[in-house]
Amino acid sequence: MSSTFSSSINTITPRSFTNNNPSLTPFLGSARNLRFNPLTNSTLPIPRLRQSNIFAVSDVKQKHLNSSPSVGNLLITKEEALELYEDMVLGRTFEDMCAQMYYRGKMFGFVHLYNGQEAVSTGFIKLLTKKDTVVSTYRDHVHALSKGVPAREVMSELFGRTTGCVRGQGGSMHMFSKEHNLIGGFAFIGEGIPVATGAAFTSKYKREALKQTNCDAVTVAFFGDGTCNNGQFYECLNMAALWKLPIVFVVENNLWAIGMSHLRATSDPEIWKKGPAFGMPGVHVDGMDVLKVREVAKEAIERARRGDGPTLVECETYRFRGHSLADPDELRDPSEKAHYAARDPLTALKKYMIESKLASEAELKAIEKKIDELVEDSVEFADASPHPPRSQLLENVFADPKGFGIGPDGKYRCEDPKFTEGTAHV
Amino acid sequence: MAAIFQGIGAATALSPTPSNCFDSKKLPLPSRRSLSGRKASFVVVRSDGSTNFGSGSRSQKAQKLITNAVATKPDSAASTSASKPGHELLLFEALREGLEEEMDRDPNVCVMGEDVGHYGGSYKVTRGLATKYGDLRVLDTPIAENSFTGMGIGAAMTGLRPIVEGMNMGFLLLAFNQISNNCGMLHYTSGGQFKIPIVIRGPGGVGRQLGAEHSQRLESYFQSIPGIQMVACSTPYNAKGLMKAAIRSDNPVILFEHVLLYNLKERIPDEEYICNLEEAEMVRPGEHVTILTYSRMRYHVMQAAKTLVNKGYDPEVIDIRSLKPFDLHTIGNSIKKTHRVLIVEECMRTGGIGASLTAAITENFHDYLDAPIVCLSSQDVPTPYAGTLEEWTVVQPAQIVTAVEQLCQ
Repeated sequence: MSSTFSSSINTITPRSFTNNNPSLTPFLGSARNLRFNPLTNSTLPIPRLRQSNIFAVSDVKQKHLNSSPSVGNLLITKEEALELYEDMVLGRTFEDMCAQMYYRGKMFGFVHLYNGQEAVSTGFIKLLTKKDTVVSTYRDHVHALSKGVPAREVMSELFGRTTGCVRGQGGSMHMFSKEHNLIGGFAFIGEGIPVATGAAFTSKYKREALKQTNCDAVTVAFFGDGTCNNGQFYECLNMAALWKLPIVFVVENNLWAIGMSHLRATSDPEIWKKGPAFGMPGVHVDGMDVLKVREVAKEAIERARRGDGPTLVECETYRFRGHSLADPDELRDPSEKAHYAARDPLTALKKYMIESKLASEAELKAIEKKIDELVEDSVEFADASPHPPRSQLLENVFADPKGFGIGPDGKYRCEDPKFTEGTAHV
Repeated sequence: MAAIFQGIGAATALSPTPSNCFDSKKLPLPSRRSLSGRKASFVVVRSDGSTNFGSGSRSQKAQKLITNAVATKPDSAASTSASKPGHELLLFEALREGLEEEMDRDPNVCVMGEDVGHYGGSYKVTRGLATKYGDLRVLDTPIAENSFTGMGIGAAMTGLRPIVEGMNMGFLLLAFNQISNNCGMLHYTSGGQFKIPIVIRGPGGVGRQLGAEHSQRLESYFQSIPGIQMVACSTPYNAKGLMKAAIRSDNPVILFEHVLLYNLKERIPDEEYICNLEEAEMVRPGEHVTILTYSRMRYHVMQAAKTLVNKGYDPEVIDIRSLKPFDLHTIGNSIKKTHRVLIVEECMRTGGIGASLTAAITENFHDYLDAPIVCLSSQDVPTPYAGTLEEWTVVQPAQIVTAVEQLCQ
């Protein structure tokens, strides 16, 4: 268990399939109950396979408590822990505020909230540097926040204001930040993965073709379990492994693709196994446990940075709300929801920090208060920000506005004064 | 206006002088300076033909163009002469030359696609480039169109200038989501933060009995994607010039090549030159009717023009080249002179480029028209395999002659 990652990487070798710790309990509890095809249950010893590759914070904590309670043996420093906690609280508070604002009619369209999955975003992105790239999905607010995009800009974007991170032109599902190397925000399933692969290709290209030896930027692509049945996922696993691209594929397996249970949609629900099939490590980690996610993420990101190629990480997590705010969420079993609610990643981290004396209750309270104020401020800022003016309409369609072409008068259409007013017909 | 246009038009069959060519990168727009810059190049380009190279043969107007033009009849002896400056090459070699010059100029330019590297491209457009630039700059990809196109977009967003080759244009249908949602829209949805300077190119059009799936004209599919420019090359000269312009453009550009035009031969200048992505090309100035066409149909039109001239008609032929957006200036000036429009395209009839062009002309120049616009397009059928059926699917020169005769009655 000391080198959890390397042992779980070797999922192809029989060694890792052996269950050497019978005390481990599989946390895929509800998923097993939901197993669609009983045949699978009887023929495949899935729970056993799962066990050897699942690492929950409780196990590690147990191990550390057993060995030595000294601070030096803790999984994380105080500063790191506080940073993680703050980021997770920010994600949770921000999303709860989004729900409020949505119901108050301040934002519209499809708004997908991240509640419950914070450990994944925080666990990975807080290990990245600014020059590393993040590619997200339609559930992207929290990825943006973790990557450093100010809450004001994200909230303003949701409000559709000019101060939004993409000037009100993208909305909930299209968050970008060139400054923070967040390159989407992709609203369709799977379409962000090739783009992420392209960003990783650029890193390799800069290093090898342009001889920029200091370029070691890593790309992390987030997507869900539903995406793992989409061709682009497999095509990109192949290309990334083939060319050893510096990328980490992070599956946020929240068990549900809107109303389609992962087990009803997927012949082999163990997504991490698809990594070894393409010649890259596949890791399964408890996505409700930020410290475990972080441990795996550290190894995967370092691997990419070293130039050793991609990793597929399956984080088993759960969303505490419906697919989007338009989803009444009537399909999922209340007991399943309760099971995961009890494993709330925020509560778990808080408990761990207090029990390990990494932080006092008061310190954590102070963080919560600070974030509450920050989120409040983002709403006030967004609400006070201007709506996009008409003149903005035709900006940014083309990077080079000559793409609008030559009008009957022989001038480029973008030279028409009406163009800059946004009233030209193009 | 007509007089001015004629003055310019007389020389438009000539190729631009390289030094005066419009370089889209050097002129920031919109600004007054760039406007005057464009105007200057516009005039010079179209009036400075006498000093020109190989295309001097083209400057002698229609007759030679016809012999020179039809890919299936490589008997263009008239267009070659050892004493002339410039060099003679085939269209696919011109594309390759443009590509190579840009790769030399900018190390961020790279090529990706199926069999572009070791194999040299299915139509040899990238032959030898992998040897010269290495496997990373000329990247052979697995057969995964949607993903490698998306990869090209990701690379473009992060600083490279990739050229993505669709081995056959039809295969790009598999990449439609990437081309539409990401290539076309990301600049806008990212609030202008990310540019996507990508070129997507490949062989398309109706070939020689290639069957329905390999004979597609995707320009109609792509034309309503916002944020994308589309150009179609038709001669070695403009193939090279447009390739270079497309690579230098900060916009995503789809460059349409035609399977039957790759072996077209022409003498092109030795000096570097670039074509203007947004401009139409005057192929043959005339008085009676404006014929708008592009890609391979240019040669069907020029064949018809030969007959029409013998019959006493003087058609004006414009290769619109920029399929999106249209060069309404050149098109409009021609219409104001001839008052009659015939569109000849290989695109599908329903929702095709011709349909869009008809709409644009009606919107802008309705008052100048003396007759309804006639649009000759391909039949709305999957391109049949049998040679006879295939021939009847696309517009033939005889149909063009008849249409002009009816228009000019």
